[in-house]
Amino acid sequence: MGVITDHLDLWGEALRGTLVLFFGGGLIAIVLGLIVGAARVSPVPIARAVGGIYVNWIRNTPLTLVMFFFAFCLPILLGERVNSLLLAVVALGIYTATYVAEALRAGINTVPVGQAEAARAIGLNFGQVMRYVVLPQATRSVVPPMMSVLIALMKNTTVAAGFSVVNLGTIRASLSDVGENALVVLLWVMVVFVALVLLLGWLQRYLENKWRIAR
Amino acid sequence: MSSVLFDVPGPKAIARNRIIGVLTVLVVLAVLAWVVWRLYATGQFTAAKWNIFSFSAVWVRFGQGLLSTLGAFAAAGVGSLVLGFLLGIGRLSDHAWVREPVRWIIEVLRAVPVLVLMMLLYYGLPVIGVKMPPYFAVVIALIVYNGSVLAEVLRAGVESLPRGQKEAGYAIGLRKSGVMSLILLPQAVRAMMPVIIAQLVVALKDTALGFIITYQELLYVINQIGNQAPYGSPLIQSAMIGGTMYVAVCLVLSYIAYRMQRRVKRSPKTQAPVANVAADDEATLTEAIIMQKGSGRSPR
Repeated sequence: MGVITDHLDLWGEALRGTLVLFFGGGLIAIVLGLIVGAARVSPVPIARAVGGIYVNWIRNTPLTLVMFFFAFCLPILLGERVNSLLLAVVALGIYTATYVAEALRAGINTVPVGQAEAARAIGLNFGQVMRYVVLPQATRSVVPPMMSVLIALMKNTTVAAGFSVVNLGTIRASLSDVGENALVVLLWVMVVFVALVLLLGWLQRYLENKWRIAR
Repeated sequence: MSSVLFDVPGPKAIARNRIIGVLTVLVVLAVLAWVVWRLYATGQFTAAKWNIFSFSAVWVRFGQGLLSTLGAFAAAGVGSLVLGFLLGIGRLSDHAWVREPVRWIIEVLRAVPVLVLMMLLYYGLPVIGVKMPPYFAVVIALIVYNGSVLAEVLRAGVESLPRGQKEAGYAIGLRKSGVMSLILLPQAVRAMMPVIIAQLVVALKDTALGFIITYQELLYVINQIGNQAPYGSPLIQSAMIGGTMYVAVCLVLSYIAYRMQRRVKRSPKTQAPVANVAADDEATLTEAIIMQKGSGRSPR
């Protein structure tokens, strides 16, 4: 326990870094993922193609490489120094957005076409079809994959440790400097992550139960 | 074409869709133009920046990096399949004293970031006198993580099979091992093949984490060549070249997974619930597991 209580400030800073990466990256991922997911299911072929290229390209690029691009190449392109935390957040967001988009697309696709056709047949307009028929059903099937995307995002925040962003992945280095046992520190980091992931898993079950319906 | 979201477009919708299409093209062109302009403005197209790539030694170095990546991937892939089978079978055991510990091991290993596992092996274990080269830290961490994920995949695959399969196996006099190895696993593996390969893509991508613990794989080489100051530090150029290699290798594997998925979907040998899981193309592993869990809960 001494490893934590003696360096509460460092652990607090690291945890804050991880949470900033998680929430910042998650926000960008959800906003961008909504746009790309909408493009992927839109009636406009060119938008579908652009969304498809983005998703397939980024999903087949290692996150470390995406972050490498943002951390080292983007500042060269911009010609100025950029806050490394900001770059890591954007990289995480852009990477995770592809998974969010796919989860949304898969969720929309689980709604049978007949549902929307029936809704249109009784004269509902697009907004009403979405509001009353498609989205209530899609949301429920999106929750589990979306939560696993967020769990993956939580774990992926550690990758930022390789690009000089303070988070739970860097705490080993900063505590080694003050002479703490690296093994013990890393075991505690594992404990923290298991706890965070369990928390998200619990949230997932809660949402699933809350929105459960008999189909 | 009619979908959940839109009907067959009429004249108004066609006009609107055209406008959206044009806007999309404009946005994409604007982004591309900005990137090209920045590349040009910062002098990335000058010959000096590309000069280094005229040396064959540089390309040999890229080749070595790619080989290191693929080497770590091959070892990790095989290892995680083996571990996946072991843990998966343990997870399905009839004995609670085997099943429960294995379940906890899988849960914990899946919850820990791969990078933290790698750090634990590379920076943590030397404390108790176990030193290993970064290669082994990368491979073992990937085996442990992906193995535990694959174990869940296999379990989901086996549990999605109709109970009659198992019962029929016992009825014709097979033992537990026979039922598992001759009846349940072959069907589960066939149904879960796309998800298994998708997870291997994840393992391939995660080898790039080795860069952070100084394993000399492709990203390490990209960084090394990109920081050759005498040649104008061609970081963007080498990242473009190395990045293309990464994406190409991953796309090949993803494409195999996609083809498998199509085949599984068509195959009459896989049952409806399993085919359902594979139905959505590019469904991620976790989605598949969750869907399986979901279908396991509801009465069939």
